[in-house]
Amino acid sequence: MTFLIGPECVDVMDRSCVRVCPVDCIYEGARKLYINPEECIDCAACEAECPVQAIYFDEDVPEELSWAVADNAAFFTEVLPGRAAPLGSPGGAREVGPVGADTPRVAGLPRAADG
Amino acid sequence: MAVVGAGPAGLFTADELVRQDRLPVTVDLLERLPVPFGLVRYGVAPDHPKIKAVTRSLQKIVEHPRVRFLGGVGFGAELDREDLLRHYDAVVYAAGAPADRGLGIPGESSPGCHPATAFVSWYSGHPDAGPPFALDARHAVVVGAGNVALDVARVLAKPARALERTDMPQPVLDALAVSKVTDITVLVRRGPEHTRFTTKELRELDELDGVAIRVPPGEAEPGGGPLDRTAENNLALFRSWTGEPAAGTERTITFRFWRRPVEVRGTPSVRELIVERTRLDASGALTGTGEREVLPAGLVLRSVGYRGLPLPGVPFDHERGVIRNAGGRVVDEAGEPCPREYVAGWLKRGPSGVIGTNRMDAAETVALMVEDLIGDRNGSGGPPIDALLRERGISPVTLDGWRRIDAAEIELGRRAGRERTKITDWAELRRLGGVPG
Ligand SMILES: Cc1cc2nc3c(=O)[nH]c(=O)nc-3n(C[C@H](O)[C@H](O)[C@H](O)COP(=O)(O)OP(=O)(O)OC[C@H]3O[C@@H](n4cnc5c(N)ncnc54)[C@H](O)[C@@H]3O)c2cc1C
Ligand SMILES: NC(=O)c1ccc[n+]([C@@H]2O[C@H](COP(=O)([O-])OP(=O)(O)OC[C@H]3O[C@@H](n4cnc5c(N)ncnc54)[C@H](OP(=O)(O)O)[C@@H]3O)[C@@H](O)[C@H]2O)c1
Ligand code: SF4
Ligand code: SF4
Repeated sequence: MTFLIGPECVDVMDRSCVRVCPVDCIYEGARKLYINPEECIDCAACEAECPVQAIYFDEDVPEELSWAVADNAAFFTEVLPGRAAPLGSPGGAREVGPVGADTPRVAGLPRAADG
Repeated sequence: MAVVGAGPAGLFTADELVRQDRLPVTVDLLERLPVPFGLVRYGVAPDHPKIKAVTRSLQKIVEHPRVRFLGGVGFGAELDREDLLRHYDAVVYAAGAPADRGLGIPGESSPGCHPATAFVSWYSGHPDAGPPFALDARHAVVVGAGNVALDVARVLAKPARALERTDMPQPVLDALAVSKVTDITVLVRRGPEHTRFTTKELRELDELDGVAIRVPPGEAEPGGGPLDRTAENNLALFRSWTGEPAAGTERTITFRFWRRPVEVRGTPSVRELIVERTRLDASGALTGTGEREVLPAGLVLRSVGYRGLPLPGVPFDHERGVIRNAGGRVVDEAGEPCPREYVAGWLKRGPSGVIGTNRMDAAETVALMVEDLIGDRNGSGGPPIDALLRERGISPVTLDGWRRIDAAEIELGRRAGRERTKITDWAELRRLGGVPG
């Protein structure tokens, strides 16, 4: 069980969620943010802050977004473009800073302006 | 800097202070208890270990080389406002909201009617907890529709075997094991869509072993108006629970909506709770319909919110139960800032918000502090507080002392096959903490 961020966040990235995460487990990609499922303590603080309701508890994810559960995890377990190793569980997003890359699926999403 | 209170707000304040690089600071955490973490230790439900794991992050703050934990040092007891303003460049009050709100109805002070605060402090092993709860009534009513009400109802409903592995003190586990409570009613004064339950917490009830969840038919009805996502999700859950409970369950939690308590009856102790039906009037305000109903109740726990307590000498808004402030700067009656005094957490905003809310809140306060103090070189570095504490014969529980308490609790738990068992006795906590005498 974990919370995760859906594609609604793509290109919004206002970071409201980051400011309330007590364990600092919300990491910044290039176009979207990702919750580290290993580090998240399920406190639900972030869910209420998101202006675009992009944050879901995994059991509540609507069918059409179910891919986002694995995609969020993949941000930490797969090697992202331009990196040598997976991010893993670094224990704090502030120390890591913006990662500057996304999962392939998110990177490939159309920009809002493109329709 | 002095931070009064080592709960989430005080700790996140310390964290923000040592992370910013515009102002060189060291932080003293002045905590009245011998232990840190505030309501994370003495509020967050013992059967929620995943949320309790936030202590791992909080412990890192306590261990920061420029942060010093001074336990057993209470504001208004060991030290006062003048002491702090003399010895520190700035003070942040983060003492939380430990008092409870009353219902303001007749009979409320009868034996058997308690604030949820008292029940929570008891099962959490707070050293100031009152007398033990004797759970010998069959019917319990929990008044309120927040997450605390849900915690309390769940702890009452869970079979003792499901709590056996928590950090609850043994006498609490023993009392819960012989609890006669079988029918738990959660009384909600407005509609199902107005509840402040987090959906995830509500859904957890479905997974309780041997516990049926029930809503009387026709009661989970919203009062009209648009619903947000949480309201919709909560409403759907309440609808799914509408009807009669499955047979063969040990205990039942029943949600009642659109009812408010008007009188607690029974001598020598509570026997029933009189409730009045409610509705929203044309302006959307809650009003009573005059129609009454009697709920059997041998135990009434009111979970209608917490309240801050004034700190001697610091401007206080009695109506809201918070220190008077503007975004975290303490202000006087006229709204003028009180230099070098700040506030964070529940004592600043009132008793709402989850652990993480206090991180954002602390960041707001610290941003103002840095802005105010960066140009102000007058006060830098009063004499350290240590000499004053020595003079008064106060020896604080330091980080090492807290580590010893922590280790002793883990050891106590290990012997019973648990991760931890809380130590509840003041004297024992102080002894382990290294306080002489
Ligand atoms: C029963 C309950 C369960 C909760 N469960 C959850 C949960 O599961 N998840 C979640 O995210 N949030 C939960 N919360 C909310 C969360 O606990 C609060 O948001 C948070 O603890 C508030 O932080 P605080 O630091 O302002 O206050 P507190 O946590 O109350 O900390 C205040 C600290 O100040 C100390 N203090 C008080 N007076 C003085 C004094 N005079 N001098 C020195 N020190 C003093 C206290 O001992 C305490 O350590 C819960 C709250 C309650 C009441
Ligand atoms: N697991 C968690 O995440 C968790 C667990 C515990 C606590 N917390 C947080 O800690 C904070 C405090 O929780 P809380 O439950 O104490 O407060 P809360 O969420 O503010 O809920 C208080 C409840 O009491 C009701 N109430 C107030 N006065 C009443 C009266 N006179 N009669 C009947 N009902 C009355 C309110 O109803 P109205 O809405 O009608 O006013 C409200 O439902 C909350 O932010 C909560 O989310 C979180
Ligand atoms: S649920 Fe809590 S711990 Fe998990 S990402 Fe959100 S704020 Fe962070
Ligand atoms: S609050 Fe929502 S939109 Fe903003 S960064 Fe977080 S998930 Fe993205």
